[in-house]
Amino acid sequence: MAVYKKTYRPYDGELTASPSRFLVIPRYAFEDMRKSRFLTIFYIASFIYPLICALIIYVQHNASALGLLGAQSARNLISINSTFFLNLLGWQSMLALFMAAFVGPGQVSPDLANNALSLYLARPFSRAEYVIGKMWILIVLMSLMTWVPGLLLFLLQAYLEEGWTWMHDNTGLAIGLFFGSWVWILILALLALALSAWVKWKPAAGALMFGVFFVAAGFGVAINGVQRTKWGHLLNISALIGSVWVQLFGADPAVNNGGVFFRMPQGQELPLWCCWAALACFCGMCLYMLHRKIRGAEVIR
Amino acid sequence: MGPVIELDGLEVRFGNRTILNQLKASLTGRSIGLLGPNGAGKSTLINTLLGFHKPSSGTARILGLDIRTHARDVRSLIGYMPENDAFIAGMSGVRFVRMMAELAGLPKEHALERAHEAFFYVGLGEVRYRALGTYSLGMKQAAKLAQAIAHGPKLLFLDEPTNGLDPPARLRMIQLIQEIRDRGDQHLILSSHLLRDVEECCDEVLILKDGNIAAFCNLEEERRANKRFLEVETRGEVNGNFLAAMEGLGCEAATGAQGRIKLVLPDGLEVRQLYEVAAQQNVQIRRLNHKRDSLEDIFLKAMEAADGRL
Repeated sequence: MAVYKKTYRPYDGELTASPSRFLVIPRYAFEDMRKSRFLTIFYIASFIYPLICALIIYVQHNASALGLLGAQSARNLISINSTFFLNLLGWQSMLALFMAAFVGPGQVSPDLANNALSLYLARPFSRAEYVIGKMWILIVLMSLMTWVPGLLLFLLQAYLEEGWTWMHDNTGLAIGLFFGSWVWILILALLALALSAWVKWKPAAGALMFGVFFVAAGFGVAINGVQRTKWGHLLNISALIGSVWVQLFGADPAVNNGGVFFRMPQGQELPLWCCWAALACFCGMCLYMLHRKIRGAEVIR
Repeated sequence: MGPVIELDGLEVRFGNRTILNQLKASLTGRSIGLLGPNGAGKSTLINTLLGFHKPSSGTARILGLDIRTHARDVRSLIGYMPENDAFIAGMSGVRFVRMMAELAGLPKEHALERAHEAFFYVGLGEVRYRALGTYSLGMKQAAKLAQAIAHGPKLLFLDEPTNGLDPPARLRMIQLIQEIRDRGDQHLILSSHLLRDVEECCDEVLILKDGNIAAFCNLEEERRANKRFLEVETRGEVNGNFLAAMEGLGCEAATGAQGRIKLVLPDGLEVRQLYEVAAQQNVQIRRLNHKRDSLEDIFLKAMEAADGRL
């Protein structure tokens, strides 16, 4: 029967599994994202650096290719080590920040502006599921930009080294890539959603994303200058995460401290537990901001 | 049939303000109206039942499920049409309703089919692919109703469903609500400050004032009782034995000025018999009104009570 001829009837069919219901949100969001040409191009472009890295790894292990290029000594110039992977992670994470700034502000603010939260939460759907559903969009996008290509390159390198030995000796790199990316992804996703919940104007929320990283870092440097201390770096989230990465990668902070943008100034390193604690506080603040805003009905006291 | 909603000393406080004060009631009707002036606590009551606000004491049960302990199960039984504009930006109507149905747990194919059905049902079939942002106010109200019914809930919360509608759109909305009520497979809670909407759609009414239950009445019973209460105006002031003859039939009667008579008909006595007695007594009836102790009267009486309690 044609749909328009049907009248309304109660539903007595099967229901989807409750734990996976939050995935409805990212599915619709991805459909919407595909319509944005800019985001699609930016996203595709974000894979250029991993492709170049893959090419480097390949050429490194291919003597005939190096011979063809007439650069046999190039093998000694680039080595595939923690610096290589930290640089990859640093660059991709920078792009992930841009992606979060483009996509994140459009997640919660339109729902708040159009009072849609009451519609979501009037269903068997919790506030936590709503936040996870919205975060999932960013988590998937940024994962594909950071740890997924990172681990693929790690596997490629291990494959071309022809043996488990390299893989076994460099497990720390894979762990660093995976967990380091996740810490960054969680911070970015939480910050993007928290700002999106509090700032209804999307461009302003996007700009604030950068503000939190750059302006706060500048403020931290100013504090350091005035107070002759190094604790101002607690406001520099990118440097904090850079320190965490170095630890996760098992790299030497004196030689390699986080890559571009994520570099803690030499000699001003903070204790590692302070970096972790500051990042945890930052995440806690973002969660609190979300807790205050993600409600079915606004309470005016 | 068990109660649809049981309020068991339900209290909601925001800071130091008591918004709902120890509400106790058992609502069993198929269609229940929530009436009250602005700020009486109607929307807060709905929001609390939906789990948006935590009760500070007491609880409520919806179709037997406690809102404190089974909030998720409760919400799976409910369809909610909020008072304000509520939609997801940039979506077409049918995609919006489909998404809402999927969030309620319907598989995507079923959700799509039922979204189309719901849109045709509320009369928006022709505009279902248009972006919600371009809908008129009446269309947005209908779309909100569509998302509330698409997943086939057992209980519908309609918060001010005729807000801002012009007369034809209001009529259409009222007809839809009546249709849903008469189909009999869903319970309705209609919150409104418009007495007429509630009177036309509901069979039970809970009147709130300042967070208290000011009155609770069964409109069906009221209507039935009103049918027995007549006001008759006759030509001239001399009615002969008409009054005595009506009392002889079991009526309670009282005379007023200018030939007005107030009658309470006993059960089983029809209005037709009154005309027959009048004809026998040679009394000319000029006007006959059922006494209208309307919802308005009940509401006004409830509002007059100083502390908000009758």
